[in-house]
Amino acid sequence: MSLPDFGFYVLCATAIVLLAAQAVIHPGEFVQVFIFGLTQGSIYALVALGYTMVYGIIELINFAHGDVFTLGAYVGSAILGFFAISEGGFTTVNLIALLLVFPAVMLVMGGINVAIERVAYRPLRNAPRLAPLITAIGMSFFLEGVMFLWHGPATVHFPDILPKAATTVAGVFFGFKDVFVVVVAAILVALLAIFINRTKLGKAMRATAQDRDAAQLMGIDINRTIAATFFIGALLAGAGGMIWGLYYNTVYYQLGFRSGLIAFTAAVFGGIGNIPGAALGGLIIGLIAAFSDSYIGSKWTQVVVFGILIGVLVFRPTGLLGMRVPEK
Amino acid sequence: MSTSVFTRLHLRDRIRDRDTAVYSILLILALVFPMASIYATDGTALVSQATRAGTFVLLAIGLNVVVGFAGLLDLGYAAFYAIGAYSYALFASTQLASSPAHHAFHLPFWLMLFVALFVAAAAGAVLGFPTLRLRGDYLAIVTLGFGEIVPQLFYNFDQWTGGINAVGGIDQPTLPAWIQGPWSGDGPFQVVRNFNFGGDPVAFYVLICILIAAAIILVNNLYRSRLGRAWMAIREDEVAAAAMGINTVTTKLLAFGIGASFSGFAGAFYGANVSLVSPDSFLFIVSITVLVMVVLGGMGNISGVIIGALVLYYVVYYLIPGLPENVRSLANSIGLSSETTRSLADATQHLNYIIYGGILVAMMLLRPQGLLPSRVREQELKHAAVQEEEAAVEMEHAT
Repeated sequence: MSLPDFGFYVLCATAIVLLAAQAVIHPGEFVQVFIFGLTQGSIYALVALGYTMVYGIIELINFAHGDVFTLGAYVGSAILGFFAISEGGFTTVNLIALLLVFPAVMLVMGGINVAIERVAYRPLRNAPRLAPLITAIGMSFFLEGVMFLWHGPATVHFPDILPKAATTVAGVFFGFKDVFVVVVAAILVALLAIFINRTKLGKAMRATAQDRDAAQLMGIDINRTIAATFFIGALLAGAGGMIWGLYYNTVYYQLGFRSGLIAFTAAVFGGIGNIPGAALGGLIIGLIAAFSDSYIGSKWTQVVVFGILIGVLVFRPTGLLGMRVPEK
Repeated sequence: MSTSVFTRLHLRDRIRDRDTAVYSILLILALVFPMASIYATDGTALVSQATRAGTFVLLAIGLNVVVGFAGLLDLGYAAFYAIGAYSYALFASTQLASSPAHHAFHLPFWLMLFVALFVAAAAGAVLGFPTLRLRGDYLAIVTLGFGEIVPQLFYNFDQWTGGINAVGGIDQPTLPAWIQGPWSGDGPFQVVRNFNFGGDPVAFYVLICILIAAAIILVNNLYRSRLGRAWMAIREDEVAAAAMGINTVTTKLLAFGIGASFSGFAGAFYGANVSLVSPDSFLFIVSITVLVMVVLGGMGNISGVIIGALVLYYVVYYLIPGLPENVRSLANSIGLSSETTRSLADATQHLNYIIYGGILVAMMLLRPQGLLPSRVREQELKHAAVQEEEAAVEMEHAT
């Protein structure tokens, strides 16, 4: 075992021991925080998947992705406005609206992301590496500008249409919303895994990520595959935005910036380019953020999350599940 | 043979020509601008703006060493800027009197300029040492994390730094007696007052111009040195550079440290100039703006980077914030009703982000290599083409 690996395991072990101590002393609070972290982490996981897929295939840190996520919540809130939804309780209209709007938002965001790729990234595929990074930042500002123009700088209310059912088990409160978030995220991640591993397009994506030139020689349409990657990444981000809105009921135009960075951290944590890694990384970062919020103090959470990011890269540059790749 | 090609194309002269032209124009502008703007607007607001722009030029020159020369992507450059600014702010104000240290320091600006430089360079080295072994993108991510952590730390340690309340009342630089001569100050020969910057925009403008000139000379020399060539070798191909006997870790560490030291320098200047240092001034957006300046200007080319910094500063801090006012006056002059005028101006204000984002995307699509790309790299490519052509001609002669 090399020294960096050793350092990594020592850090992990220390964190687990400290948390276990908390779990024994205040089990109720621990479980409560754990549930909160799990819901947060599910949303981060959905966003992180988009980062990791895009990075895996064209090695671009897609700064606009966090804003696609936020825009998903904005679009969702707008489309929900067309339905006669009731915020007091859960009606049939709510259910129908949810079933219609959820996929609609995902598709709209997918379309927008494909358009972004077409306009801002595809023309720069053979340009210097920093050029698409700058256009990604530009697109991020652009999307934030669209949301700013749409609803202004204040927070925007997202209709609260989920059932309010909740129970308390042994002093731990959890509601329908918590279950909903985790279950929907889990279903989407499972669908993605099946898509990537079982379908022809998924195989094309994996091949393109491994070696673009070789994939092209095998007859894979690179542009279509990359567009599909952006489309699927945005489907998940749109779903993440919807879930975020349904869970927290407020969004604001700069939400995507901070949560995008955290989701990106999650992608790196799991091993960038690695799809199960991103899902796992999202969950773990969500848990870490929740534990740090309640045990260390929320003003330290950002330091903790990004400190972990640096620590992971120093001790284990390939992330939790990433493989060691020799440098070309 | 290669020398003959080199002399025939006058490559060196051509390269030098453009840089000389750019630098002469900049020098003339730097001299004329304050006089012209004070004469035209009867105030020094524009000179202060130019000083702020100069701070960004200094930052861009420093980041160019990291990104342009050594090819290391740094997304947290503002962190070093913050470290420089806080090292001056804390030791040249009354801030530390109310901290657990219970003692206010008032160290001179000129000393702190260099202390800030070394503190930032040390921070760069400490961050770089464990992380520079990583592949390029991972380094970018580490610097991104670092850039997020540092301002948050300045928030959180509010006992020391005042946190969200910022550090205010920072000392103004004064010229030391050995420069002003014995006839100034409190001494027995006093004839004139001690020269104090005292918030005078012109004094700061002169200082930033001198600092930028010094930085340009320094970086140009670095660029042509053994170290500069090592940076470029690493940028082009790290494995090949290592095989040529370059110690890649030390070389990258030096690029990182030297780049950071420039922003430490700029930070101390910023602290003195604005006299108020708050964690909000060093967020991710600052790192990104400086990076965009470097890329937009043309990575690796010092004169290009300066132009990029000036152009982007003008767009971000002057053109876009001024748009609503311009729209208002335009609408007034063509005789629209005051109602329409107001709503138009408001709409433009809301368009700020869209315009900035649109400009970034358009600029990169139109000129992905930047406004003034490095001439040497262009010529290297052309040079190779010429050599091939000549080889073909020789082949023809031989047959």
